[in-house]
Amino acid sequence: MDEALTGKVIAVNGPIVKAVGLTGIKMFDIAEVGADRLIGEVIRLAGEITIIQVYEDNTGLKPGDEVISYGRPLSVLLGPGLIANIYDGIQRPLVGISEVCGSYIKKGIKLSPLDVNKKWDFQPLVKAGDEIREGTIIGEIQESPLVIHRVLVPLGISGRLVNIVNAGAYTIEENIFAIDTTAGLYNGKLATYWPVRKPRPNKNRKKPFVPLITGQRIIDTFFPIARGGTAAIPGGFGTGKTMTQHALAKWCNADIIVYIGCGERGNEMTDVLTDFPKLIDERNGRPLIERTVMIANTSNMPVPAREVSIYTGVTIAEYYRDMGYSVAVMADSTSRWAEALRELSSRLGDMPAEEGFPPYLGTRLAEFYERAGLVETLSGRDGDITIIGAVSPPGGDFSEPVTQHTSRFVRCFWALDKILADARHYPSISWIDSYTEYLTDIEDWWKNLDDKWLITRNDVMNILLEDHRLEQVVKLVGSDALPPSEQYILFCAEIIKNAFLQQNSFDPQDKFCAPEKQLKLLNSLLTLYKKGLELVHNGVSVKNIATQDVVSEIVRLKSEVPNKELTEIDAYMKRLEQTLATLKTSL
Amino acid sequence: MSSEIEYTNLSGISGPLIFVDGVKDVGYGDIVEIRDATGVLRIGQTLEVDEQKAVVQIFEGTSGLSVQGTRVTFVGKALEIPVDREMLGRVFDGLGRPIDGAPQIITDRMMNVNGLPINPWSREYPRDFIQTGISAIDGMNTLIRGQKLPIFSGSGLPHNRIAAQIARQARILTAEEEFTVIFAAMGVKFDVARFFIDSLEESGVLTHSAIFLSLADSPSIERLVTPRSALTLAEYLAFEEGMHVLVILTDMTNYCEALRELSSSRGEIPSRKGYPGYLYSDLASVYERAGRLKEGKGSITQMPILTMPSDDISHPVPDLTGYITEGQIVLERELFNKGIYPPIAGLPSLSRLMKDGIGEGRTRKDHGQVAAQLFASYAKVKRIRALAAIVGEEELSDLDKIYLKFGTAFEETFLCQAYDENRSIEQTLEIGWKMLSLLPRDELYRIAREDIQRYYIPEKENE
Ligand SMILES: Nc1ncnc2c1ncn2[C@@H]1O[C@H](COP(=O)(O)OP(=O)(O)OP(=O)(O)O)[C@@H](O)[C@H]1O
Ligand SMILES: [Mg+2]
Repeated sequence: MDEALTGKVIAVNGPIVKAVGLTGIKMFDIAEVGADRLIGEVIRLAGEITIIQVYEDNTGLKPGDEVISYGRPLSVLLGPGLIANIYDGIQRPLVGISEVCGSYIKKGIKLSPLDVNKKWDFQPLVKAGDEIREGTIIGEIQESPLVIHRVLVPLGISGRLVNIVNAGAYTIEENIFAIDTTAGLYNGKLATYWPVRKPRPNKNRKKPFVPLITGQRIIDTFFPIARGGTAAIPGGFGTGKTMTQHALAKWCNADIIVYIGCGERGNEMTDVLTDFPKLIDERNGRPLIERTVMIANTSNMPVPAREVSIYTGVTIAEYYRDMGYSVAVMADSTSRWAEALRELSSRLGDMPAEEGFPPYLGTRLAEFYERAGLVETLSGRDGDITIIGAVSPPGGDFSEPVTQHTSRFVRCFWALDKILADARHYPSISWIDSYTEYLTDIEDWWKNLDDKWLITRNDVMNILLEDHRLEQVVKLVGSDALPPSEQYILFCAEIIKNAFLQQNSFDPQDKFCAPEKQLKLLNSLLTLYKKGLELVHNGVSVKNIATQDVVSEIVRLKSEVPNKELTEIDAYMKRLEQTLATLKTSL
Repeated sequence: MSSEIEYTNLSGISGPLIFVDGVKDVGYGDIVEIRDATGVLRIGQTLEVDEQKAVVQIFEGTSGLSVQGTRVTFVGKALEIPVDREMLGRVFDGLGRPIDGAPQIITDRMMNVNGLPINPWSREYPRDFIQTGISAIDGMNTLIRGQKLPIFSGSGLPHNRIAAQIARQARILTAEEEFTVIFAAMGVKFDVARFFIDSLEESGVLTHSAIFLSLADSPSIERLVTPRSALTLAEYLAFEEGMHVLVILTDMTNYCEALRELSSSRGEIPSRKGYPGYLYSDLASVYERAGRLKEGKGSITQMPILTMPSDDISHPVPDLTGYITEGQIVLERELFNKGIYPPIAGLPSLSRLMKDGIGEGRTRKDHGQVAAQLFASYAKVKRIRALAAIVGEEELSDLDKIYLKFGTAFEETFLCQAYDENRSIEQTLEIGWKMLSLLPRDELYRIAREDIQRYYIPEKENE
C-alpha cells in the first residue's frame, strides 16, 4: 500500500489537472501534484488518463510535472483535539498555517490536523482479554471541559484485546491498545483516519422524537426541528441565514456543534472565533467554543476545497455521533458548495442540466442530508446529527435548482422573507412559506410541559394565517372597511409579530428564549386574543382594548422578563385578565 | 523558471484570447509577453495549458493582433506590480504602470496582483466606527473600518458624489491615524475619474491617494486586473505600512461585463444572464481583500460602486455582490426624483458590521435601537403609502396619518442633507429622535423605556 505511484501532468485547466502514468490509482485517492506537492484528489478515471482536482492554488503547474500517489483516499483525521479547532475544507489547521506563514494562506503547506505532541489524559474502560467489537468505547479523554472524548475501536476491527495502556497521558501517535483480529494484530492509537466521502456506519436508524431546542421562538414553537432532523434556510442576501445559523450554533442544546463556513465571508468566521470563547452556555457555565468545531473554506479560498468542506464537516459530526452525542451541523452556504460542484463539472466538460448545474446535483444533496439522523451507534448508545443548511438562491428566487432540490430532501424549511428583512423584522422567517414535518414527532416532548401545547400553537398560527388572508383584503379596501372582529384579528396578529415572532439576536435578554417562556408568552397572547375578541363581539371598540397600558406592555415581556423569572409573566397574565374583565363589566 | 523561447505561430485569436501551439514548459497562470508586428508589447496570462497548446488572455485586448507576425514569450512568474509609499499621489493604468508622465516607480518590492487569501484565523473583527457625516449612513447603516460596503446605484444617480463626500468627510472619532484613498476606475468615462481626482484634490488628500485608471476607451480585459492592482497596493500600505486605506472601485458592473466577455470567448457554459458560473467566486476574490489583521495596524475599507442595469437589484452583479459584501447602500430613484440628496433607500440598505461598532462607548447606547425603530417605522410608512394610494389618504386612520407625516419628515430632514454638510453622530441621533418623537411613545416598542424617557421630545417642544 505504501508503494508510490508516479505519473506526469499532461494538461492544466484551472484546478483540474490531467495526468498519465498512474496505473492502478483508485477513485478519490490523494494525488500530490507538481514540485510543491499540492494536494489533489482523483475525481475521475478515463482510460489512461487520471483526472485530479487540486485543492490549492496551482498557478505555475505545467505539463510534464510529476504526480505522486500513495493509494490512500482523501481522509479526515479523527481524534482528540478537534474541539475548538478551525480547519480549511481539507482539514488543514488554520492556526497552524498562520504560525507557519503568517496572515495569508500559502500553498503547499502540510500540517497534521491534530496536535501530535499534546499529551491527553486517557482513562481505559476495558481490560486485556475482553472481546472487543468495532465501534466499542475503550476509554475516555476529557477533550474540553464540556466534552468527554470517547475513544472508539476503528471500524472493521474486532477481536480479543491483547493489551491496553494504563491510565495516563499519551499522544495521538502512541500505541494505546492491541487487538488480535482475524487479519493479525491491530495496534490502535487515539486517532484514526476516515475517508472523507464515505458515511460512517451505524447499527440502525431511528425515528427522531426530541426537539432540538434552539431558543428561537419562531423555530421552537412554530417550525420545530427534531434532533437528528434536517432543515434548510433559504433566503436572498442579507435576509438572516448566517445570523440564524450563528444563533443556533450558540444556543441550541446539542452537545457538539460543527460549523461549516462554506464559500462565505472570512469575517463571519472571525466573528465565531472571537465570540464563542466569550459566550457562556448557561446550562453549564462554560464558553461555547468548548463544544464547537469549525471548518472555514471562505469564498476567496480555493474552490475545490469548498466542495470537500461539507464532507469534512459531516464526517467529524459522525465521529462524535458515534461516541453517543447529539451533534448539530451548520452549513453556510450549501449554494456555494453547489456552485463549486458546477464549476468543477463544467471544467470537466460534463453535460449541464438546469442552470449549468450537473445532473447529479440532486443526488449529491440527497447523500449529504442523508448523513443526518438519530441512530443506534455501533457501541449501542444513541447518537444523532441534525443538519441545517443555508441556501442562497440567486435573486432570492426559490424556484432555482439548489433550493428546489434541497426542499425535496429536508423536512424543515425556514423560508426567509426579503420584505420582512427590509422592515427589520428579524428573524425574517416567513410564517406563511415555512414548514416543518416534525410537529407530531416531537409533540410528546412539549406535552410534558403543557398538555395543550399543540392546540395553543395551532390557535396562534391560525390567527397569523387569518391575518395573512385579511391583509390581502386590506390592501384593496383599507382596514376600516372590515368589521371590528376582523380588525381585532389584525391587531392581535400585529402584536404576535412584535411580541413573539420578532427576536433580536443582539438583545442580551431575548437572544435565547427558554421553552417555558415561549409557552407562557404564547398563552398570554392567546388570552389577549380570545378574551379580547369576546369583548369586541360585545361592542367594546378595538381601540379601547389597544390603548390599555397593559396591552401595549405585552411586546416588552420578551426583552424584560428573564428566562429564570417566569412568574413575572404569570403576574402579567393576571393583570391582563383583570383589565379585560374590567372592560367587560364597564359594558 | 522562464523558458524564454519565442513562439511565432499563433493558431487562433478569439476575443481577448490567443491560442499558441507547440508550446513547451509553460505553466498554468504564467505571464506572457506578446509583441505585435510593430513591436508593441502587451501582457497576457495563461488560462489553460496542455502538451500541445496554451490558451492566453491578453489584458490589453487583441485588437490589431494578427496570427502572423505576433511573437509570444512565456516569462514564467505571475503578474506583479511594484508597491511603495512613493505611489501615493500618482496615477497608474490598470496594470500599475504610471500614466501621469512622472518617472517609473523604483522599488524592489513587487507583489502578485492576485494576492493570497487571508487566513480567517488571522483576521481581526472590524469594530471601529467611521463617521462619514451622512446621517443615513452613520445613523442607520454605519460604516466600519475594514468593512466592504458597496453602493448599489443606477445610471444618473449621484453615487460618485456620495463616494466623494465619504472620502472627504470620513474620520475615526477616537484617534488620528494615517488615512489614504485608493481609487480604481474600470470602464468609466474620463469625466468620472476627473470628478474624483478634483474632489480628492479639493479636500487635500490627493497627495496621499493613488489612482488606477482603466477608462472606457481602454481594452475591457484590463478592467479585470485594475481592482486587483489597486488592492495589492492597498494591502501593502495597510498591512505593511500600517495605514488605513479606503478603496473605491467604480464601476463593478463594467468589471463583470469584462469577465462575461472573457468567459464567452472561452466558450464556457454561461450561468444567469450570460455571466459565468464562477462570477461569485471571482467577485469574492476581489471583495474579500478588505478587513483588518491581528498582526499589523492598518485596515482596508472597500467601497465598490456598481450601477444596477435597469435599477434591478436582482441582476447578477448586485445580487452576487450583496452575497459577498457586508451590507449595501442602495440608492433609490424615487427619492432622487423628489430632490432628496443623498437618495439612500431606507429599507434595502444595510450595514452588517454596524452591530459591533456602535452603542455605549463607541457611539451612544441608544444608537442601535434608534436605528431599528427608524427602520421599522419607515417600513410601516411604506405600507401605509401603498394603502393610501388605493383607498385615498382621507380614509386612513389617525395613527396612519401621523405615520405619513413622520415619513415625509424622515426623508426631508433626516435623509436629506447637503453635499458639504458634515453631521456629527450626536447631531444625527438628535435628528433621529426628533423624527421618532413625531410618533406616539407607544409606537416606539423597539426602544428601551429608559431611553424613551431620556430622549423623547414631547409634542409641544418638537417643532
Ligand atoms: N435575528 C436577528 N436579530 C437581529 N438582527 C438580525 C437578525 N437576523 C438578521 N439580522 C440582521 O440582518 C443582517 C444580515 O443577516 P445575515 O448576515 O445573517 O444575512 P445572510 O442571509 O446570511 O446574507 P448572505 O447570504 O449575504 O450571507 C445582519 O447583519 C443583522 O444586521
Ligand atoms: Mg450569510
